[in-house]
Amino acid sequence: MAELKLEDIIKEENKVFSKTPLFTDKPLSYCPGCGHGVAHRLVLEVIEEMNITDNVIGVAPVGCSVLSYEFMNIDMAEAAHGRATAMATGIKRVYPEKFVFTYQGDGDLAAIGTGETIHTCNRGENIVIIFINNGIYGMTGGQMAPTTIPAMKTSTSPYGRDTQMMGNPLKMTELVAQLDGTCFVARHAVHTPVLVRKTKKAIRKAFEYQKAKKGTAFVEIVSNCNSGWKLTPLQSIKWLEDNMLPYYNLGTLKEDPLD
Amino acid sequence: MGEIKLMKGNEAIAEAFIRAGVDGYFGYPITPQSEIIEYLMSEEPHKRTGMVVLQAESEVAAINMVYGAACTGKKTVTTSSSPGVSLMQEGLSYIAGSEVPCVVVNVVRGGPGLGTIQPSQADYFQSTKGGGHGDYHLIVLAPSSVQEMVDFVPWAFDLAYKYRNPVMIQSDGVIGQMMEKVELFEQMPRLTNQEIKDKYDDWALTGRTPGREHNVITSLDLVPERQEKFNHKLEAKYKIIEQTEVKYEKIMCDDADYIFVAYGSSSRICQKSIAIAREQGLKVGLFRPITLYPFPYKEIMEMVPQLKGVLTVEMSLGQMVEDVRLATEFKVPVEHYGRVGGMIPTPEEIVDALKTKIIGG
Amino acid sequence: MAKVRGAVVVNIDRCKGCELCTAVCPTNVLAMHEKVNVKGYHYSYMANPEACTGCMNCATVCPDTVITVYRVKEPS
Repeated sequence: MAELKLEDIIKEENKVFSKTPLFTDKPLSYCPGCGHGVAHRLVLEVIEEMNITDNVIGVAPVGCSVLSYEFMNIDMAEAAHGRATAMATGIKRVYPEKFVFTYQGDGDLAAIGTGETIHTCNRGENIVIIFINNGIYGMTGGQMAPTTIPAMKTSTSPYGRDTQMMGNPLKMTELVAQLDGTCFVARHAVHTPVLVRKTKKAIRKAFEYQKAKKGTAFVEIVSNCNSGWKLTPLQSIKWLEDNMLPYYNLGTLKEDPLD
Repeated sequence: MGEIKLMKGNEAIAEAFIRAGVDGYFGYPITPQSEIIEYLMSEEPHKRTGMVVLQAESEVAAINMVYGAACTGKKTVTTSSSPGVSLMQEGLSYIAGSEVPCVVVNVVRGGPGLGTIQPSQADYFQSTKGGGHGDYHLIVLAPSSVQEMVDFVPWAFDLAYKYRNPVMIQSDGVIGQMMEKVELFEQMPRLTNQEIKDKYDDWALTGRTPGREHNVITSLDLVPERQEKFNHKLEAKYKIIEQTEVKYEKIMCDDADYIFVAYGSSSRICQKSIAIAREQGLKVGLFRPITLYPFPYKEIMEMVPQLKGVLTVEMSLGQMVEDVRLATEFKVPVEHYGRVGGMIPTPEEIVDALKTKIIGG
Repeated sequence: MAKVRGAVVVNIDRCKGCELCTAVCPTNVLAMHEKVNVKGYHYSYMANPEACTGCMNCATVCPDTVITVYRVKEPS
């Protein structure tokens, strides 16, 4: 039997993975190796698989993913810095039959938008919050974030985060898990194939919770910022595993029954 | 003839929201307008019309809830008073910058800072000159009675949707708190989701309808050439608003040598001042701007040939007076009289001010 | 026993050369090309195509979704 040639394999009927059509044609504006791209894809794949494209409204933040609405081919609003969950609250309240989600970074959700985040979760707004935590302000050039871990170097903590002087990192996910309004709270990552698959399952679950009207579903994704961390993409993955994950433990923090 | 009731200004405007078919109210309590959200909560409009009422955690959250809800094409409103409206300025800039229609009510109290809970008109600059950052305008309507608190609600929404622009109803603590006879308009139906899609699917976030591009509500454009073009588009819109939407009222102006220019509660007091002045043989009239933006520059200018002087009356240290001086191009004396800190001018004080600042000046 | 064969197609001009795909490939199929694409990045390509099983690991971690994966069971 003759060996299969490449052109025999590369055929439409053999395709097992391709880009979801819910991406627009625009190239992502993120740096090489940035986890935002995978997180975007997972959200869009879940929307595609649940067949809710014409029934979903997203809210983009201020930060690196400020332009996410240019890449996601769904109806989206761009919020003021930190106000995404307030906007999502407004949308969901007048349009309860729509699926509503926010996609926010750590500066947006855990610094300037802490108040909105906590109150939205505490009211149990029936939305999904996707929270990308890379421990740094990427867009403005690598300044300290509320999630910057102790001793981590950033442009505004150039000698490492001194918690005596600069305060402690904020573990938002643990915090919102305490609130009665949240129904599903989990922390995941997207730097290995296994973790990507787990993250997708969690995002799917979060949208299922919204469908079941159970309250706020919150998924944190611990991600890399190789540019801000001043590492190559592969070095940043190793740094994330060695430093971020011991501080931000992965797993499900809260899981109400999903009937 | 609609239903006639004796109502507080704040309660009346809350009832008007329900009757105007509003879909969502998001607000945070603040004196002197907390009766609005209290009335709404006690009326349970979700049972009457399906209207949503939510008490937010702050004015910052409230205006952004309005921003979100209004992005979907649904009729959305918030109310506050001066310090709260200051907190909303960021949101208003974004809403204007993404051309989203909504209505905001400011029941003005005295400032700066916490100031006082008593009435004031010192937010004129904030309302009419931007308030937030960037080149934008709110359309600003100034009611002077409880009846107008009611009647301006459907008008405000008509303007908001006609121009896809935030509209402010600038009231004050006097109008908000006082009780008057008011005729309420009949209940208007809320639009159905399908009607909203039919009307606004070219811009609103209704969920990407199969066959159309995704709709995006944003105030951001990083390409300078495009952002400049957008700024000019807003400018052109404001020009049309200035040319077509000016509203004002003239009282006893035909033979007037002198006019008061005043809006809101000050304009009511000035009507008494006119009577006092006319008894003393002074021919005085009242020019009342009803739209503060667009401001009736041309209409005030047209009166200049007959006038010997103008006194603006505003519960501020003199804000609208700047626009009146621009309108009259300094061709007649224009002076300002106002009380501040929550004090309200008396009709007699105003007549005295006319005499000392204009006639004897 | 049927052997599983795979292949990937890289959208060369969209690749940003981050190399994450090469690190997760269990059979060392992918490598970075010595040439650069229109953006100036060395792009990922199948240096060792015979070894590909179509496991999708590369596509799963690719931040820019530039990899399409094909898989077929080779008739025994």
